[in-house]
Amino acid sequence: MRLSERSVDTQGQPIKFSCRDVQVYYGDKHAIKDVSVELQDKTVTAFIGPSGCGKSTFLRCLNRMNDTIDIARVEGAMLLDGEDIYDRRVDPVQLRARVGMVFQKPNPFPKSIYDNVAYGPRIHGLSRNKAELDEIVEKALRGAALWNEVKDRLGESGTGLSGGQQQRLCIARAVATSPEVLLMDEPCSALDPIATAQVEELIDQLCQDYSVVIVTHSMQQAARVSQKTAFFHLGNLVEYADTDDIFTRPRDPRTESYISGRIG
Amino acid sequence: MSPFWIMMTVLALAVLGYFLGAARARGAVGGDIRRLHSRPVYYGWNAAIATAAPALLVLLVLMLALPLLAGEAGPGASWLPGGAALLVAAVGLALALARTTPQYRARAMVERAIKVALIGCSLIAIATTVGIVLSLVFESIHFFQLYPWQAFFFGTEWTPSFGGGSELGMLPLLWGTLYISFIALLVSVPIGLFAAIYMSEYATPRVRSVAKPLIEVLAGIPTIVYGLFALVTVGPLLRDWLAAPLGFGNSGSSVMTAGLVMGIMLIPFVSSLSDDIINAVPQSLRDGSLALGSTPSETIRQVVLPAALPGIVGAVLLAASRAIGETMIVVLGAGAMARFSLDPFEAMTTITVKIVGQLTGDNDFSSPETLVAFALGLTLFVMTLALNVLALYVVRKYREQYE
Amino acid sequence: MTDVPSDLPKRVGAPARKSLLTPDTRTKRRNAAESRFKVYGILAILVALLALVFLLFTIIRDGSGAFRQTFISIPVTIEASVVDPKGNRDPAEMAGTLTMSYGALLEQSLTNWVEQNDIRIEGLTEADLASFFSAQARADLRNRVLANPELVGQTVETPALAASRIDGMFKGRVTRESAAIDNRTSVAQYDLAEAMRDRGALATRFNWDFITRPDASDNRPEAAGLGVAILGSAYMMLIVLVLALPIGVATSIYLEEFAPKNRLTDLIEINISNLAAVPSIVFGILGLAAFINFMGLPRSAPIVGGLVLTLMTLPTIIISTRAALKAVPPSIRDAALGVGASKMQTVFHHVLPLAMPGILTGTIIGLAQALGETAPLLLIGMVAFVTTYPAAPPEGFFDAASALPVQVYNWTQRADSAFFERASGAIIVLLAFLFAMNVLAIVLRRRFERRW
Repeated sequence: MRLSERSVDTQGQPIKFSCRDVQVYYGDKHAIKDVSVELQDKTVTAFIGPSGCGKSTFLRCLNRMNDTIDIARVEGAMLLDGEDIYDRRVDPVQLRARVGMVFQKPNPFPKSIYDNVAYGPRIHGLSRNKAELDEIVEKALRGAALWNEVKDRLGESGTGLSGGQQQRLCIARAVATSPEVLLMDEPCSALDPIATAQVEELIDQLCQDYSVVIVTHSMQQAARVSQKTAFFHLGNLVEYADTDDIFTRPRDPRTESYISGRIG
Repeated sequence: MSPFWIMMTVLALAVLGYFLGAARARGAVGGDIRRLHSRPVYYGWNAAIATAAPALLVLLVLMLALPLLAGEAGPGASWLPGGAALLVAAVGLALALARTTPQYRARAMVERAIKVALIGCSLIAIATTVGIVLSLVFESIHFFQLYPWQAFFFGTEWTPSFGGGSELGMLPLLWGTLYISFIALLVSVPIGLFAAIYMSEYATPRVRSVAKPLIEVLAGIPTIVYGLFALVTVGPLLRDWLAAPLGFGNSGSSVMTAGLVMGIMLIPFVSSLSDDIINAVPQSLRDGSLALGSTPSETIRQVVLPAALPGIVGAVLLAASRAIGETMIVVLGAGAMARFSLDPFEAMTTITVKIVGQLTGDNDFSSPETLVAFALGLTLFVMTLALNVLALYVVRKYREQYE
Repeated sequence: MTDVPSDLPKRVGAPARKSLLTPDTRTKRRNAAESRFKVYGILAILVALLALVFLLFTIIRDGSGAFRQTFISIPVTIEASVVDPKGNRDPAEMAGTLTMSYGALLEQSLTNWVEQNDIRIEGLTEADLASFFSAQARADLRNRVLANPELVGQTVETPALAASRIDGMFKGRVTRESAAIDNRTSVAQYDLAEAMRDRGALATRFNWDFITRPDASDNRPEAAGLGVAILGSAYMMLIVLVLALPIGVATSIYLEEFAPKNRLTDLIEINISNLAAVPSIVFGILGLAAFINFMGLPRSAPIVGGLVLTLMTLPTIIISTRAALKAVPPSIRDAALGVGASKMQTVFHHVLPLAMPGILTGTIIGLAQALGETAPLLLIGMVAFVTTYPAAPPEGFFDAASALPVQVYNWTQRADSAFFERASGAIIVLLAFLFAMNVLAIVLRRRFERRW
C-alpha cells in the first residue's frame, strides 16, 4: 500500500509557512475564520473539505492571489520564513515568484511551449543569456515529466497539447521560476484518470525540492499524495494532522463524518 | 386619382373586408363560434389581407413599371395602375368572402401571410445591397465608356473641368484618403486601446461607470459636428501654433487637421471594440500570469494583448474602414486640393470629398465629370467591403477560439 | 519515470533569496514600468475626455450667440405717401410697393432719431444709416403693413432686426478696430451703435426667430433660421420611424424566431452586418441613383432623405431588436406553446410585448444616428437653398426642405463669417435634440428594464 510505502519523514522538516488567526472576508461574508496552521518545507500538505469550505480561498491567500478580487479582505498573520506576506512593504510580485501556483483548469498561454515555460524566468530576469534560459526551460520541463513528450516541438503552441500535458506544462511553468512553495488548486479535477496519475506521480517528486500545498476534493488523492492533511469545514480549520492519522484516527467527529462520506 | 388616394381606397376596402369576413364567419355558424376552425377575427384578417395585399402589390409594380412602358402606352395609361389595383382588391375581397366557411383554416392562412410579410421585410437587406451594387456598377460602366479605366485607376492628375479635357486620375484622392486615415488611426488606436486597457484592467467600477459613458458620448456626436470643430477650431489652432511657426505653410485645412479630428471621433469606436475583445480573454490566463509573479502591466502586454491580438487587428480594420468612408470631417477639414505630398500640414483631398463635390448641385448625368463620382463610390464601396469582411472574419475566428 | 538527470545543477538560475520586505532593484524597475503603464491608460482616458470637453466648449462658446440677436427699437413712421401712394389702403395695391421703399422709411426714422437725440458722430454717412438695418427688417416691416393696412400713417415702435455687423459689435465679433478695415461697416456705425445702446434703442435679446425662421441669403446672416431645417429633419425622422421600426422588427422576428438555418438566412445575416459598416455616403449614391434618377422622386425632398436614412438605420434597429428578442427567456415561449398557442401567437402575444422596451430603446438610438447624418443628404440635394416651409404631410414629404446637419454644412460654405455663429448654434440645437433622445432611451431602459 502506497500510504506506508511513502511514509517520508516529515517530522524534521522546518516550518515554511506559519499562519495565525487568519480571517478572510468577501464583502460581508466571513469566508475564513480563525485559521492557524503551520506548513512544513519539502512536504505535501493537502487541504480537503466539502465545496465552499474555504480551502481554495485559503490557498489563494498564500500567494496573495486574492488581491485581484476587489472585495476580498485578509486579516491575521501569514509568515513565509518568518516574514509577514501581508506586510505593507511586501510586493506581491516578489512573493509570487517564491510561491508559485497551479490552477484547477490548465491555463497555458496561447504561446509556444518554450515561451510558456520561459515566461516566468524572463520576467524575473533569471537568465543572463539564451543558453541559460534553454537550460532552465529544459530542467523545468524535465521536472514536470514533460520533456520527452515535447522536446521536438518546443515551438508549437501550448494550447495544442492534451489536457494532462497542458496541466504538466503549467506545472513546468510554475517550477521554472524556482519557487519555494507550490500551490495547487485541484490540479487534477479537469483531467482524466491517466493524466491524474501522471500528475500525482509528479507531485511525489516535486516535494523533494518544494513545499507543496494541494487543494483537492478527492480524499483518495489526498491520501495518495500528501503527508499532512488539513480538513476545512464552513470556513474553519477543523483538523490538521499527519495524513495517516486523519484518515485512520480522526479526532474530530466532523472529520470522521466527512471521510466516511456523511457530509460533503 | 392620385396613388395616395387609391391606396387609401384599397385600405378602406380592406377594413370593410375585415368586418364582412368576421360577420360572415359568425353568421355561418349562427353565432356559435366554437364550431369555427379559427376565431372570427382571423376570418376578418384573412379577408382584409386578401383584399389589400395583392392590390397594393399590383399598384406598386405597375407604378414602377409605368415610366418604363410610358413610351409605348403614352400618357393616357396613367389610370392603369389605379384601376388594376382597385379591380384586384374587389376580386380579392369577393374570393375571400366566398371561401369563408366554418371549415376554412383562416388562422393558418393569416399566419402564412404574416410569415411571407416577415420574409419580405428580411429581404430588404439583400435588396439594399443589390441596389447599392447595381446603382454603382451601372453608372460606373457609363463612366468607363466615356473615360478610359486605366486613366482613372492609375492617373495621377485630378483636374476636372466641365468644359472638357478633364484629367480624372484617382490616385491623388486615394493617397489623401489613406494618408488621413493613417493619421486618424495613429491617434485613435493607441488612445482607444490604452483607454480600453485601463478601463477593463485597472479602473475601479466607479471610475468605469463614469468614464465609459463619457467616452461613448464621443461616439454619439454626429460627424458634421466634428467637421465644424475641425474647420473652426482645430484647423486654425494647428495652423497658428504648429504649422506656421515651424514653417509648414499656413493652411487651416490639412491632412493633420482632418486626421486628428477623425482620430478623436474613432477613439470610442476603437475603445469599445477593444474593451469587448480584451474582456473575452479568459480570466484564467491573467491568473496564470499573475501567479507567476508578473505585474499587471506585464500580464497585459505579454499575455492578454498577444491573446487578444487577432481581435484587436479586426477592430483596427473596422476603424480603418470607418476612416476611409468618413465624409463630413474631410469635407470640412481636409481641403479640396488633389495632390501627392508627404507634408501633413498641406491641404489634400479624399475620395469622399470628391464624391460630394461632383454630385452636389446641378448634375449632368452624361458627363464624365459627374459620373466619375460613381466610379469613386464603387472604389470606396469595394475597399470598405473588403475591410469589413476581413475584419468580421478575423473577429469571428477570434471569438470561436475562446468559446 | 523520473527523467531529471542528476548532472544538471540544482536550481539553475535560482534567484538569490532575499527578504520579502525589501524590494530588489529589478522589482523596483518593474514596478516603475507598471506605474508608467498605468499612467498611459489614465492619460488616454484624459485625452479623450479633454477632447470631448474642448469640443463641446468651443461649440457652445461659438454658437450661443446665435440664440441672441440685436434689435433696434426706435419709432418708425409709416408714411402713407411712400407705402400707399393711391391712398386706398388696398393690400393688393400696396403690394406694388417694393421692399426698397420700406428701407427708406427705416433709414429716415433712424436719421430722425439721431437728430432728435442730438447725436453727433463724425463721418456718419447716409450709407451707414441705411446699412444699419438688416435687409430682413424692411421685408418684415412690409409684411406687417400688408397684413395690417391700418398701420399706414401711424408711428410704430417695432423691434427691427439690426444688420449682422451691428449684431457682431454686441457679441464681440466686430470691434472698433475691425470695423475700420471692414468695408461693410465703419467706425461711425460702431460709435452710433454704442450711442444707441446707451439710450436703450438697441438691445440684444433671446431670438426665437433662429429656431423658427427659414434660411436667409448670403448677405443677411442675422435673419437666417432653422425653421425649414428642423421641419425637414422632423419629416425625415417620421418617415424613418414609420418605415424602419416595422420593417426592422419584422426582419428581427423572422431571423430570431422563424428563420431556418439555411443559405438564405446566412445571406441575410451577412448583408445586415455588412450594411451596418457601409460608409454613409454610399447610401447617398444609392438614393441619388435609385430614388431620384430611377424612380423619379423629387430632389431635396424629405421622402428621399427619409428612405435613404431608413435603409441606413435598419441594421442598427435590427441588431438591437434581435438582442431584445434574445433576452426574452425561452421559458416564456415554452409556456405559451404549452397552452396551445401557435408559434405566431406566441411571438406576437408574449415575446414581442416583453421585448418592446429594448426595441424602442434601440429605435431611438437609431433615430438619433439618422438625425445627425449629413453626407448622404448632400447627394440627394438637401443642401439646396430653401426658404419656404414644406407643406403639411403627406404632401409636404415631397416638398423641398433642408435638414439640421445639412443646414450646418450649408452655413459653413457661406462667405460671411457671421454664418459660423449660426452653424455652431444649429449644432447646439442638433445636440439638444440628440441629448433629449438619448435621455429618453435611457429612461425607457431604466423604467422597463427587467431582470429574468
